[in-house]
Amino acid sequence: MAMNLTQKETGHYVLDVKGYVCPHPQLYTKKVLEKLKSGDRLELVFDNPSSAESITAMCASEGNPILSKVNEGAVYIFEIQKA
Amino acid sequence: MDTIVTGTLKGPKPVDCCSDAKPLADSVSIRNRMWIFIIVGFFALISIGTYALHEYYIYLSAYLWFGFIYGMCLQYGRFCFASAFRDLFAVGVPRMVVGIMIATVLFSFTSSFVASTGWSTFHPAPWSMHAVIAGIIFGVGMVFAGGCASGSLYKAGEGNGVSLLVILSISVTQSTFVDLGGWFNKLVPQSWAESALTKNLPSSITVSDGWVDQYLAGYVWDQPVITFANLLGLKDTSLIGAFFGNTLVGVIIPALLLLVGVYIIWSRKRYVLNLKEEKGRSAGIADHVRGFWAMIIASKRTAIAGLFLGIACGMQMFVIEGLRMKFGVKNAGTILQRIGFDFGISAKGTVFDPGYWYVTTQEAQWVGWIAQKLGWNNMDNIYFGWVNGIPSPAINPADWMSVALIGGAAVMALLNNEFKWKKPTRELAIWALIGGALMGIGSRLALGCNVGAFFVRTANGDISGWSFGLGMIGGAYIGVKFFNWYTERKMAREMANLNIDL
Repeated sequence: MAMNLTQKETGHYVLDVKGYVCPHPQLYTKKVLEKLKSGDRLELVFDNPSSAESITAMCASEGNPILSKVNEGAVYIFEIQKA
Repeated sequence: MDTIVTGTLKGPKPVDCCSDAKPLADSVSIRNRMWIFIIVGFFALISIGTYALHEYYIYLSAYLWFGFIYGMCLQYGRFCFASAFRDLFAVGVPRMVVGIMIATVLFSFTSSFVASTGWSTFHPAPWSMHAVIAGIIFGVGMVFAGGCASGSLYKAGEGNGVSLLVILSISVTQSTFVDLGGWFNKLVPQSWAESALTKNLPSSITVSDGWVDQYLAGYVWDQPVITFANLLGLKDTSLIGAFFGNTLVGVIIPALLLLVGVYIIWSRKRYVLNLKEEKGRSAGIADHVRGFWAMIIASKRTAIAGLFLGIACGMQMFVIEGLRMKFGVKNAGTILQRIGFDFGISAKGTVFDPGYWYVTTQEAQWVGWIAQKLGWNNMDNIYFGWVNGIPSPAINPADWMSVALIGGAAVMALLNNEFKWKKPTRELAIWALIGGALMGIGSRLALGCNVGAFFVRTANGDISGWSFGLGMIGGAYIGVKFFNWYTERKMAREMANLNIDL
């Protein structure tokens, strides 16, 4: 099993960590965000409910705004902007 | 490159999925509602049906419904002890440390009230460095497994297959670990072996054969039992001993110090930066007090869950002790024998009946019960044979609590549209088995897990609770360091094959 990181367009990436449980979604998100440039956007897709709280708090503490949150059928999609 | 997600979702709608406004009953699908009725109906039927058989079953039903409440609280607040220090060390998120401290303080208030009425079911544990060492082993395990003992139960209620494997691993490891003899006896220090023989255990317990037996009888039982009230020369059952000694000195002050430390190291920087950006000034003491409070209420869900969990835990002690008085018993072993079940009762006539929230022993018991049925004589060790027994899981009070905890978590997950069956992948299954095994060993060395050895003991002023907690923090730090290294390596390999501009 591997995380799935793809590029939608310049400065816009998609990280799919469905199937992963804690702490993998948080760790992958943190490490991918560290690699992005300021202003880049990351579409994060995951299905581990407890990661939603942690990732929200992590983005708040690092100053990376979450532009949108979508929840459908226990799958979450967060659109995060790198500060 | 093409994306993978949005196309597979039918009409995704923006939902504030992680804050306090949750889509509860009015947006629950018919299918989910049906399952909620089935789960609640099943537990209600068990309670009513068994009560009709005999009023003694209400004792087991009390465990069941408290377990159900715990499950709902844990799932609602994503209340996982593993994530407390793991997320703090790994991604700088303090929300779960805050939630656990709120729950511990609330539980301490209710348990001190119960203790001062003389109705407490709590007994402090022997204290020494063993609690710290066990905490370290447990802490590493919970990071590897992706959840603590109680967290794995509630995540199983969300349909998480990895958590089911963690529970299986904890259960099998404990059940096996407590019966290890033969070659493992060579690892027992002579002083333990000699001391164990002086404990006058019945001949059915072969105390000289078994590493855990000699560890318990030859070492742990010789250690002092200390509460904060005792340290101050007060009685645990006195009003001042319970509230001043155990709650204020033993819980509130250490919890506040811990949270202030967390604020200074992890939260202060962002608060000061925001203040500078928004108001163009530096932070004063009043600002830091506001910043500290903002950290406490940052995750209302977790705080609310902690509040209800703390109150429910104290209430359970009160209710169970009340039922013991009503039936004139001191342990559920007597109740089980009165209603005709005598298999798996320990040599002193008891079964595991903590009287409060507990997770791991009942998990060891169900595997122990199966092993016994398959011909493994495990009633000759102290853990099963002398203290906890191995009653059938069908009439084991603590098992009723754990099964109902999973059910309560499932109900809350269904209410929140968060229930999803997730099959474990090979990678996660390996981590689950390793982590679960470490938690199983840590639990038996500490005589409890993150709930029994940390949460319950800390809230009741037992210094071994904080000792286990310190070890658990150290273990979480080691686990996170390892996971960081592992994830970096794995990501580097995976990203080398990606055709992206990063």
